[in-house]
Amino acid sequence: MKLDGADLLDLARGAAFLGTGGGGDPYVGRLMVQQCLDDGLTVEVIDPLDVPDDALVIPTAMMGAPTVLVEKIPSGEEAIASLRALEAHFGRRAFATMPIEIGGINSTIPLVVGARLGLPIVDADGMGRAFPELQMETFGVYGISGSPLCVTNEYGDSALIHGRDNKMMEWLARGAAIRMGGCAYIAEYGMSGADMKRTSIRNTLTLAMRIGRCLREAKDRHENPFDALLRLLPDTPYSYGRIIFKGKIVDMRRETRAGFSVGRARIEGLEGWDGLMEIEIQNENLIARLDGQVRAIVPDLICIMDSETAEPITTEQLRFGQRVTVLSVAVPAIMRSPEALDVFGPKGFGLTEPFTPIESIV
Amino acid sequence: MRIGIDVGGTNTDAALMDGLLVKSACKTPTTPDVSSGITAVLRQVLEGTGVGPADIEAVMIGTTHFTNAVVERRRLLEVAAIRLGLPATKALPPLTDWPADLADTLGRHVFMVRGGNEFDGREIAPLDEAEIRRIAGEIRARGLKAAAVTSVFSPVTSVMEKRAAEILLAEVPGLRISLSHEVGRVGFLERENATIMNACLADLAAKVVSSFRIALKEMRIAAPFFISQNDGTLMTPDFVERYPVLTFASGPTNSMRGAAMLAARKEAMVVDIGGTTSDVGMLMHGFPRESAVSVDIGGVRTNFRMPDVVALGLGGGSIVRDDGRRIGPDSVGYEITSRALVFGGDTLTTTDIVVAAGLEQIGDPELVRHVPRSTIDNALDTIHRMVDEVVDRMKTSAEPLPVILVGGGAILVSRDLPSASEVIRPENAAVANAIGAAIAQVGGEVDRIYSLEGTSRDAVLGAAKQEASDRAAEAGAAAGSIKIVDIEEVPLAYLPGSATRIRIKAVGDLVIA
Repeated sequence: MKLDGADLLDLARGAAFLGTGGGGDPYVGRLMVQQCLDDGLTVEVIDPLDVPDDALVIPTAMMGAPTVLVEKIPSGEEAIASLRALEAHFGRRAFATMPIEIGGINSTIPLVVGARLGLPIVDADGMGRAFPELQMETFGVYGISGSPLCVTNEYGDSALIHGRDNKMMEWLARGAAIRMGGCAYIAEYGMSGADMKRTSIRNTLTLAMRIGRCLREAKDRHENPFDALLRLLPDTPYSYGRIIFKGKIVDMRRETRAGFSVGRARIEGLEGWDGLMEIEIQNENLIARLDGQVRAIVPDLICIMDSETAEPITTEQLRFGQRVTVLSVAVPAIMRSPEALDVFGPKGFGLTEPFTPIESIV
Repeated sequence: MRIGIDVGGTNTDAALMDGLLVKSACKTPTTPDVSSGITAVLRQVLEGTGVGPADIEAVMIGTTHFTNAVVERRRLLEVAAIRLGLPATKALPPLTDWPADLADTLGRHVFMVRGGNEFDGREIAPLDEAEIRRIAGEIRARGLKAAAVTSVFSPVTSVMEKRAAEILLAEVPGLRISLSHEVGRVGFLERENATIMNACLADLAAKVVSSFRIALKEMRIAAPFFISQNDGTLMTPDFVERYPVLTFASGPTNSMRGAAMLAARKEAMVVDIGGTTSDVGMLMHGFPRESAVSVDIGGVRTNFRMPDVVALGLGGGSIVRDDGRRIGPDSVGYEITSRALVFGGDTLTTTDIVVAAGLEQIGDPELVRHVPRSTIDNALDTIHRMVDEVVDRMKTSAEPLPVILVGGGAILVSRDLPSASEVIRPENAAVANAIGAAIAQVGGEVDRIYSLEGTSRDAVLGAAKQEASDRAAEAGAAAGSIKIVDIEEVPLAYLPGSATRIRIKAVGDLVIA
C-alpha cells in the first residue's frame, strides 16, 4: 500500500501509543516523511509475506536521545548512508528496509529511507513497541546477528561495528552515537526475507496506523476513544487490552542512571478508581503497581494516555497534575517466549517480579 | 501609583493602582489607531481621583496586537529565515509545516548555513562567515528588512547566533534581527518558528510601541512604561520592539494574575468568563500553571511559555437550547445588545437566564418574564455543571480549591461549586486583565542542558538558580524580591555524564526608579 499524509498522522499517534512511553515524539520523523510525499516520492509499505525468502532486508533507525533529535534535526542522508554501507558489506542491494522499533520516532525513519531510495518498507518490526537497547529485538532473540551495524552522522562519518554478540554491538554503537552528538542513524540486522518472516513482529506499521485512525475517528464521532481502541485490539496481534487505572499524577520523579532516564510516576485514583498506582520508568513504562500489586509488567504495554483527549503521553511529557488513563495491552506471543523474556522481560530491566501476562492479572 | 492597561480587540481597560489598592478602573472601546483609545482610557481612569500625571510612577500595558496580526496575517514583514546547522538539519528546511498562506506572506526567504553546536557545546561546524556575508547581499538585493537567525543548540551556547547577527548588521545596517536563543527554548523547529514569527512582527512592534509612547506623551505621563509578556512578567518597550512574539498569550496570564491579586490568593482556580468563552486556568504560587505541550499560533507550532488554560464554550452571550439543558458553544457575541431577549432581541442567552431568575438587573426584565421556570432552573444547573466540570478537570489535587470568578460574564455563576472550597467574586473583576498588567513582575529564565558529571545535582541547580535570578535582576527585579517559581528537570536518555535539561524561572518585583 502507498501511504498518504493522513496515514502519517495516524501512524504518528499510533506509534506514540505503541511506544509505551518511550521512543520519542514522532513529530520530526513524520515531517520528514511528509517532505518525501511533497517531493513526489512514494512511500510503499509491503506485507512481510510478500518479501521473497532469499531477498536482503536491511532495517534502519535512529539511535540516541530523542531530546537531542528535536534540536539537532538530521540531514536526512544519515540512515541512507548506513544502509548503503551494509549493502557494500554484503555485496548486494537491499530488497527492502523496515523498522527495528514501531514505538515512537523509529516508526518513521525507514519510511524516509524507503521513499528516498525507492525501496518498499516491510510492514513489521523487531520490538513490537519501544525498547531502549538494540539487542532487545526479536531478530536477535531468534538468532539473527545485529552485526555488522553501521552508524552514521550528518557528515557521513560512519562506523561499521562487528560485535561479538548483539549486546556488545549495542555497547559499541552507543559510544559512537554519543561522539556523533548523542543521536545518530543506523542500519543493522541485515537478513534474508525468510529470516525476517521468522523473527519479526508482523504488520505493526499498519497496526500503528489503525490505532491512530481508530482514536481519530472515535474523537470525530464524539465516541469514547478508549472504548473504540479496546474494541479494535482483539482483531490484532495485540489481542487483549484493558484500562487498568484512571487518575491524576501526584508525583513525578526522574533521574539519570547509567545513561537512562529512570523515573517513577505516582497516580492517585479518580472517577471511581481507588488507590495509588506507581509506574516505574526506564525510558519506557516498565511496570505498573496498584497499592503494591503488579497490574502490568514489561514486555506487555503500559500506555499512559490523557484522560480527556486520549493522546498517548511519552515519559518525557509526564507532569504533575495530568489526568491520565492507563491501558495495558498484551504483546504478541513471539515477544513472550522464554528466549524473548530473557532479553527484554522483567529481568532484562532488573525487576524481580516474574513476567505475568496481563490477561491473567485480575 | 501605577496604571495597568489592557488593549484588547474590543475593549481597552485601565486600572489605577496605589500599591495593591485599586483607586479607579474603567473600560473604553479600542480605537483603530490604538493611541487615541489609550489616551481616552487614561483620561477617564484619572478623572475625579485627584491623581495627576506626575503622580504616576509606571504604566504597564497588556496587548493582543501581535497575536492578532499573525492570526489575521496582517501587517507582517517578509523575513530572511537563516538557519545555522548544516550539514545537520537539512532534512527539514525553515517554514516546514507552516500554513502555506502564512509562509507566502513571509516570502519564503530561506537560507541554510554551516554551523550550530552539539548538546555539549562542541561545534557541529564552524560558522560559515563568508556564506553569511553572501546572504547579507541577498537580503539587500531582495530589500528585506527583517531576519531570523536560529542555530542548533543555541540555548546551550548562543555564540554563533550573536556572531551571525554582527556580520549581518555590519553588511545591512538597520536590519531587524531576531535571535532564537532569546525567544525560545530547546526544541529546534518550534524555536525557529517563534523566531521567524518574531521577525515578521518587527515593523508592527515599532509602530505599536511608538503609539503607546505617543499616548503617554499626550497625557504628559513621563513615567516609564512596560509591556507584559506571556508568563506574566514585564518587558521594556525596547525589548518588545525586538521581541514582540513574547507578548503572545499575555491576555489570559494577566487576567489570572489580576484575579489572584483581587482575591488575595496564590493557589486558586481562575474562571474568566467573557461573552463567548470562559478561560479556566490554575494559579500556583500566584502564577498561571504553564502548558506542557506545544502550542499552535496562527497554525504554526511553537514552544512558548504559555499558561495552561482551557477554553469553555460558555459566556454571557451563549445561546440556550433544549429547555435549558444545552448551552453554547455558539454565542451571539458582540451582538448581545441587539439579539438577547432582555435587549429586545429574539435569542435566549445565558444573560437572559440570570435576569429571568431575578439574579441580575440587565436590560428590560419584562422581556424575559415568559421564560418557563423549568428552563431557568435547567439552564442554571447546566451553567454550574459546565463550570464545575472544567474546574475539577484542571485541578492538581482532589482538595477543593478556591475559585475566583472574573470577567464580564462572572454574573452567570451564582451558586457554590462542588469542586471549590469557596467561590470568590472580587470587586473590579471586570478589569482583572488591566490589574494583572499593573502588578506584573519581571522575570529571568534559564533553559539549558547541563552535565552533572564531576559535580553534584545541588551545585548545578544552585548555579542555574543563581543565573535565573541574575537575569531577573538584569531585567529590573528588586534584589530582595526575587524568587524561584518553577524548576523542571528532564534527564536525557542514553547520554553520558548525566546530561540533564534544566529549566528554571525566577521572578521579582519591578524596581521603580
